[in-house]
Amino acid sequence: MEIEAEAPVTEPLSFQNLTRRYGAVTALSGIGLELRAQELTAVVGPSGCGKSTLLELVAGLQEPDEGTVSVLGATAPADRRAACAYMPQRDLLLPWRDALGNAALALECQGVARAEARRRSEPLFERFGLAEFEGVRPAGLSGGMRQRVAFLRTLLQGRPVLLLDEPFGALDAITRADLREWLAAALADQPRTVLLVTHDVEEAVFLADRIVVLSPRPGRVVADFEVRLPRPRSVTGTSFAEFKARALEALKA
Amino acid sequence: MRFALALALLCLFVLAWQGVASLGSVDDLTLASPAETFDALRDDWSLLIDNARVTLVEVVLGLAISAAAGVLFAVAMHLVRPLRDAAYPLLVGSQAIPVLVLAPLFVLAFGYGIGPKLAIVALICFFPITVNLLDGLRSAPPELLKLMHSMGASRLRTLRSVELPAALPSLFTGLKVAATVSVIGAVFGEWAGADEGLGRLVLLGNNQLQTPRVYAGIVILTVMAVGLFALVASLERLACSWNRKETPA
Repeated sequence: MEIEAEAPVTEPLSFQNLTRRYGAVTALSGIGLELRAQELTAVVGPSGCGKSTLLELVAGLQEPDEGTVSVLGATAPADRRAACAYMPQRDLLLPWRDALGNAALALECQGVARAEARRRSEPLFERFGLAEFEGVRPAGLSGGMRQRVAFLRTLLQGRPVLLLDEPFGALDAITRADLREWLAAALADQPRTVLLVTHDVEEAVFLADRIVVLSPRPGRVVADFEVRLPRPRSVTGTSFAEFKARALEALKA
Repeated sequence: MRFALALALLCLFVLAWQGVASLGSVDDLTLASPAETFDALRDDWSLLIDNARVTLVEVVLGLAISAAAGVLFAVAMHLVRPLRDAAYPLLVGSQAIPVLVLAPLFVLAFGYGIGPKLAIVALICFFPITVNLLDGLRSAPPELLKLMHSMGASRLRTLRSVELPAALPSLFTGLKVAATVSVIGAVFGEWAGADEGLGRLVLLGNNQLQTPRVYAGIVILTVMAVGLFALVASLERLACSWNRKETPA
């Protein structure tokens, strides 16, 4: 495995022989994977292949039945939690807080006082074009806007590893396309090691440096390849289509 | 429009009341007509208001004690699972206590002062406040609690930033129920033994066959309960502006 030879001493994220069962059902089976720093790895798989379980294992919200998962060299759940920022599928914004307050919650969870947390969150809103929505509550925001606020909340945790669970899963196609361009730009600005879980192959090819394809349950790695496309990317073009076809083929196999 | 409809129904009710009271077969001692009740309100106004003030103090203080105790108990039961399991049956039991029977015992123990009245009001209000708040504290979605955990939030941070705000509408539901029953509680308390208060005045009026005065007292008690309810409802609109059910016109 050339990846292992090239990897630094502590990979940002590594799985060894990871297995997770729920009763008689095996959700994930023998996953071995190493992520490289500052790269976006997309895990693609059919529904029910254990993608969300994989993220919760990394985030320290679950423990594997077999194997190990380590984040920045740490395997203890509390250390994993401290190294990762986890963004769940639903935006889970608090309806009683405005957009800025919702993002600032990430800092308040780390013990920063409310006013200070808001002050420190403001520059990010300006940078990503959300300044005018700071005072708006979630009920007044569109689905795409809410997801952007949820992503800023994730960034504000200041963790080196981002775990994104189908961040655009609940959005319509046009908003999705809009948002993945926004996310690509945001990550270019604030580079992190990202593990993105999605069932959308196009989204994976558009965003990822590397794509890992999981099989139907029990999920195992059936393909693992790099997406060598220049950025910013566009969904048109033959090379984009080739990578898409490669991922789709692996999904069918 | 909403207000006009409520007013129209109220007028209809008063008319029907007047109609029934005017029937020859209805004894004046059992039913005072709205007109007689109005006369009693006018003639005995200062007597009624002085006593109403006493009852209102009992109700408001009792409610405040109950709300403070209810919030304390609900939060403690929410945070400590064994406490919740142990105390829940007692909590339900507290509502099953027939206050009517308990009130005289309270008076025996604490005398004719305000103490027994506060105890009765607080006891009767404790259940709706505590149970509703307990339910509300569990209303935050589990994924949100998971997210808070992943963001490194402490138990108290999650309680303060997520669970308590999410429970606020439920707390107000409990307070609204409590506000209306609190008046009944104060009346029971006064019936068991009191020197003053609207409940005592109504009881006395009943014994002395002053039926219009009894009805006047009932009207004031009802207005008190409705007023308290409206007060709590407007506080709710202030505190839970994010939770508006109705769409803005």
